[in-house]
Amino acid sequence: MERAFIYRSYFIVLFILLAATFLINVSLGSVSIPIDEVISGLFGGATSKESWQYILIDYRLPKAITAILTGSGLAVSGLLMQTMFRNPLAGPFVLGLSSGASLGVAVLILGASALGGFFGGVLVSQWSLVIASAIGTFLVLLAVLAVTFKIKDTMAILIIGLMFGSVTAAVVAVLSYFSNAEQLQQYIFWSFGSLGNQSWKSILILSICCFAGLLLSFLSSKSLNALLLGENYAKSMGLRIKRTTFLIIIATSILAGSITAFAGPIAFVGLAVPHLTRQVFTTSNHLVLLPAVLLCGSILMLICDTLAQLPFVEYTLPINAITSLIGAPVVIWLLVRKRKLLF
Amino acid sequence: MASEGKHIILEAKDLAIGYSSKREVTTVSEKINFSLNKGELVGLVGANGIGKSTLLRTLASMQSKINGEIFLKKKPLTSYSTLQLANQLSVVLTEAPASKNLTVLELVSLGRQPYTNWMGSLSPVDKKAINGALKATETEILTQRKCFELSDGQLQRVYIARALAQDTPLIILDEPTTHLDLYHRAYVLKLLKKLAVETRKSILFSTHEIDLAIQLSDKMLVMAPEGCYFDQPCNLIEAGRFDTLFPKETITFNTETGRFSIKK
Repeated sequence: MERAFIYRSYFIVLFILLAATFLINVSLGSVSIPIDEVISGLFGGATSKESWQYILIDYRLPKAITAILTGSGLAVSGLLMQTMFRNPLAGPFVLGLSSGASLGVAVLILGASALGGFFGGVLVSQWSLVIASAIGTFLVLLAVLAVTFKIKDTMAILIIGLMFGSVTAAVVAVLSYFSNAEQLQQYIFWSFGSLGNQSWKSILILSICCFAGLLLSFLSSKSLNALLLGENYAKSMGLRIKRTTFLIIIATSILAGSITAFAGPIAFVGLAVPHLTRQVFTTSNHLVLLPAVLLCGSILMLICDTLAQLPFVEYTLPINAITSLIGAPVVIWLLVRKRKLLF
Repeated sequence: MASEGKHIILEAKDLAIGYSSKREVTTVSEKINFSLNKGELVGLVGANGIGKSTLLRTLASMQSKINGEIFLKKKPLTSYSTLQLANQLSVVLTEAPASKNLTVLELVSLGRQPYTNWMGSLSPVDKKAINGALKATETEILTQRKCFELSDGQLQRVYIARALAQDTPLIILDEPTTHLDLYHRAYVLKLLKKLAVETRKSILFSTHEIDLAIQLSDKMLVMAPEGCYFDQPCNLIEAGRFDTLFPKETITFNTETGRFSIKK
């Protein structure tokens, strides 16, 4: 009983933090806008300058929403993978899912030049970007899963992830040799990762994908809890392993795939956020952990994005760099302090 | 013995167990015949590598049999769906649960999964079963502790509590006494005996504690290199079945005391 009360208060704190980081995120940027103007601007009111309204609604708000979607989606997909592989080091980036997504996008963007002309132009639409990267993610996940069925070894899975990273880099290198400068630039910019410059239409697509992925994850929470005991125990408690694994794979592919398609490969959020969340919510129950990870992911991503846009300066740093700069030390710190990562 | 026949929970007929791949079939053991009645405690003994775990895994439907038949409550084991089986059979395995970050209460509550809704929320019936299981294994005081904080003896009791919470007529335990001190080994086996008598559950366990198993089991299944024998412990002793378990140059079985001794 007491535990439930503590968790409830944590959730309230997380919601307040989310609101706060959201407001800070939209009010900071290269152009300084007073906070009261930000609030009135967001709620459809008039701002004292026309340009502020434009900056808020068409630039900062979409970026903040993208940050929330990517943060929550990546963090949840990290949690799903840690439970599914029963490996505390699993995550969309570490296991090579982001590489798979990159490969899908690279083949699409760079390969389109091979087809050339009109057809190539049609191919590179936003939906096709999502589908290509989701397929890439899906294939890598299947490959990793096939390996885990054969070899029940933590290290092997991680090595496979690394290998996929190398294969992707190699294929991209080959493809870029044959593609023109413009397409190469398009791919390179995508691979830096960016939350900005998303149109409302692409945010809608991303929201639909994230919502579907998150919904599937929540529906799987009971199965995920059973999987915490291992496959044999889960099966003995009536869990249909194949169906469950399939659902989780689909959820992870949709989440990691669609997010990577729009925001580029973003490292460490999927790995670090579930562990950070477990420091606060000391439970493995996914009914509590999933929403908690979702909120923490959003908050962390908003903070990272606020740092990336460097207040009052013209530059914006690549989001991928910021998440790595924050995420990698967090993982190292957890390992050193706890000696063992639990999941 | 017609009345006994009605209460058969688990029955194996000419069962052959082992592993099959596309290329070849490796039979570990064959011609296994036994039946487990309601409220009976049956010990499974045999040397390392004789196929105890394989047999238990086959009976728990975690791997497929090579030949013969297994009946659970008179119906072929293969006719049960995963969920139906979870209502009839719970297990305690040698492998530790993958996550040790669960609290004892969370882990035991997972045993109610076959009965809960899609969210896994616990009804009053579920909570009663969980409390009963915690009480029977004397683990109530541990409920808020994390599994990684517990000793091996406590952990084993918690795993048994989880299987009990699943509330199945049959419980299969694979070496529940491994890694435990003498007190806990006796404690666990006595607990199993108590559960079989009081709750009328059928319990099948494998163990290397042959002395203890002889004292507590209603019947025993002995897996020896020549074959498998199933009977009451006293009959098995008389027939000299325990002598065949291990090479005679090293260990002999004393039929008077019911114990093994090292040959000097």
